Amino acid sequence: MKLKNGVYGILILVATACMGDDTSTYTATPAELDIPPFFESSILPPEIPSDNPLTVEGIALGKALFYDPILSANKTQSCASCHLQSGSFSDPNQFSVGIDGSQGTRNSMPLFNLAWNRRGPFFWDGRAATLEDQIFEPVTNPIEMANTWPNAVAALQNSGTYPELFDAAFGSPTIDSVKVSKAIAQFVRTLISGNSKFDRYLNGQEELSEAEERGMNIFLDETRGDCFHCHGNPMNPLWTDNRFHNNGLDEFFSDRGLGAVTGDPRDDGLFRTPSLRNLAFTAPYMHDGRFNTLDEVIDHYSEGLVYSETVSPLLKKISEGGVGLTSEEKSDLKAFLLSLSDPSFTTDSEYQPD
Amino acid sequence: MKVIASKITLTFLTVALVLTGCKDNDDTPLAELSPSFSFTHNWDGVPIENADYENTTYINERGESLTISKLVYLISDITFTDAQGNSFSAGDYNLVDAREGVNLSFTPDVVIQEGTYNVSFTFGFDDEDNAGDYPDLNSADGGVWIVPMMMGGGYHYMKLEGKYLNTQTNPESEVGFAYHTIRANDNSTSPITLQDTSFTVDLGDVLIEEGTNIEVQMNVAEWFKNPHTWNLYELYSMLMPNFDAQILMSENGAAGVFSRGN
Ligand code: HEC
Ligand code: HEC
Repeated sequence: MKLKNGVYGILILVATACMGDDTSTYTATPAELDIPPFFESSILPPEIPSDNPLTVEGIALGKALFYDPILSANKTQSCASCHLQSGSFSDPNQFSVGIDGSQGTRNSMPLFNLAWNRRGPFFWDGRAATLEDQIFEPVTNPIEMANTWPNAVAALQNSGTYPELFDAAFGSPTIDSVKVSKAIAQFVRTLISGNSKFDRYLNGQEELSEAEERGMNIFLDETRGDCFHCHGNPMNPLWTDNRFHNNGLDEFFSDRGLGAVTGDPRDDGLFRTPSLRNLAFTAPYMHDGRFNTLDEVIDHYSEGLVYSETVSPLLKKISEGGVGLTSEEKSDLKAFLLSLSDPSFTTDSEYQPD
Repeated sequence: MKVIASKITLTFLTVALVLTGCKDNDDTPLAELSPSFSFTHNWDGVPIENADYENTTYINERGESLTISKLVYLISDITFTDAQGNSFSAGDYNLVDAREGVNLSFTPDVVIQEGTYNVSFTFGFDDEDNAGDYPDLNSADGGVWIVPMMMGGGYHYMKLEGKYLNTQTNPESEVGFAYHTIRANDNSTSPITLQDTSFTVDLGDVLIEEGTNIEVQMNVAEWFKNPHTWNLYELYSMLMPNFDAQILMSENGAAGVFSRGN
C-alpha cells in the first residue's frame, strides 16, 4: 500500500514536471475526497485519473458548470435540471424533458459515490467508459441540452466569469470541451453519500428497528430475497456491483441496453445495477422508470419476474414469477431498503451553487 | 527535466543490475526463482473459451444439458515443499475470472531456488484466511464476493453459474443455476455451525527452473461427476445456506476437478 503511494507520488512528480514544461508553473490547490471512514476501511479507494487530479479550483468550477444553463443550446437547462439534489441528483420525472420538450426513454440516474465505480463504465447501458467521457454526452444530446461544443465553449469563453475560473483550475484561460468535462467530473466525484441510518448502525451510532433487521435478513437470505448477489451486502457500502444483469423485467426488449453497446446478443436486456442507497429520493425506478413505488419493485422480484434468454441465473423460480415473499416480508424488506437512504446528502450545502 | 529524470533512473537500474549480477555470481550458484501459474478451463478436455459462455451446451454426468455464464474462483496459499519437507508459501491468493480472462496468470510472491518441489494450493480460503478482511476482495466481483455474516461471513470460493434445461416442464424450460461454493454453514443452530470446506489441491512434484510456468487445469464437468453425481433439478440454487450441499460440492471439487497441465 505504502509502496503504491510512492509509485503514484513519482508518477505525479513526473506528470507535474512535464506539465511545467509547456505551460506556466501554475498548479491548482490539490483537494482530497472526504471519504467516510467505513468506506476507507472496507473497500478499495476511488481511482482518480492521473490526468485529472482533484483540485479545489477544479471542483469549484465543475460545480458552477453543473448548475449553469449556459451549456445548453438555448441557455435554459443545466445538468441540475435532470439531476436534482433533492432527488439524490436524479429526476422525479420518469423521462427527463430536454430543452425543446422532447423526452428520452431512460430514467435519469442519481449521482453519488461514482468515484468508486473504479473501472467504469457509466450510464444504464455502460456506453461511457469514464466519467470524463460521460459528460461529453448530455451537452450535445439532441433530446437533452442539444448544443454543439463549439457553441458551448464560445459561450463560456465570452462570459465574464469563466475564463478566470478555468485559469484558476487549469492554468490557462483558454476553454475547451476537455477541460469542461474534467472540471464537471471532479465535482461529480465529490458527491459522496455515506450517512444513512444503516451507515450509522454499522458505525455503532444507531440501532436498526426490528422490521429493518428482519428486512436485512430477507435481503441476504438466498431462499427469500437473495438481493445481495447483485446489490451487495453490509460489508460493501456501495450497494451495487456496478455490473450488468437482466433482472427479469421483460420477455422482449424494446431497449437492448448493454447489448446495443457491445453488439453481443448475450448482453441484450442487461442494464447496470443501480445502487440501493437513497431509494427514498430516486423514484421512479428501473432504467425506464416503470415502477413508481418500492412496493412495485418488491412485487416484481417476488412474483413479477419474466423469463428471457439472457435473464440472470441468480433469479430463482422465474416460472412462478419469483420467490413469493409474504406481505410481512415485503414490508420488512422495504423498511430495510429505506434504511439505506441518506437525507443529509440531499440537503448538503456543499453541493449547492455558491 | 524529463530526460534527466530518465537518465538518472537508467543509471540506478544499471547499478542495481550490476550489483544483483555480482551477488548472484559470488554467493549462490542456484538461481532464485518465482515460478508463475496459469489457469485454464475445460469440459472433459475441451477448452472453454469466452465464446462458449452462454452458447455451448454441455452434458453433465447425469445427462442434464447446461450452459455456463460465469466462472470465478479463488485459490490461495500456493505452497512449494522440497524433499526435506521445508515449505515455502507467500500465503497470497488469486481470484480467477475465467470468462472475462482476468488473473489467468499469477505469480505468488515467493522466491525459491531451483529444484524439485511438491506444489499444492488451497481451493478457496481455509478458515484462517477466511477470517481476514481484504479491501481488494471486498471490492472484487463488483463487491459481491463477500459472504454475508448470516451465512458465516468470509468469502465465496467459487461462483459457477449458468442455465440447465428442465425437460420435465412442458414446454422444456431453461432454469438458472448458481453453483456457489463457500464454507459450509448452518444458521439454524446457535451459534452458527461452520465447517471449513476449502480443500488442498496437490499438483504433484514439479521441477522448478528458470521460467517454469505451471498450468492449473480445471475440468468443470468434474464438479458434477464424482463422487456425487450432481442433480441440478434438486441442487440448482440456494446452495450457500445448504450445509450438506456445500460438503458435497467440496468433495466433488477435491476429487479430480484440478490437475496439472504441463
Ligand atoms: C435532459 C436531462 C439530462 C440532462 C440535462 C443531463 N442529464 Fe445526466 N442523465 C440523464 C439521463 C436520462 C441519464 C441516464 C441515461 C442513460 O443511461 O442512457 C443520465 C446519466 C448521467 C450520468 C451517469 C451516471 C451513472 O451512474 O452512470 C451522469 C454522470 C450524468 N448523467 C451527469 C450529467 C451531467 C454532468 C450533466 C450536465 C453536463 C447531465 N448529466 C445533464 C439526464 C440528463
Ligand atoms: C441478478 C441481479 C439482481 C438481483 C438478484 C436483484 N437485482 Fe435489483 N436490480 C438489478 C438490475 C440490473 C437493476 C436495473 C434493471 C433495469 O433498470 O433494467 C435493478 C434495479 C433494482 C431497483 C431499482 C433501483 C433504481 O434506482 O431504479 C431496486 C429498488 C432493486 N433492484 C431492488 C432489488 C431487491 C430488493 C432485490 C432482492 C429482492 C433485488 N433488487 C435483486 C439487478 C438485480
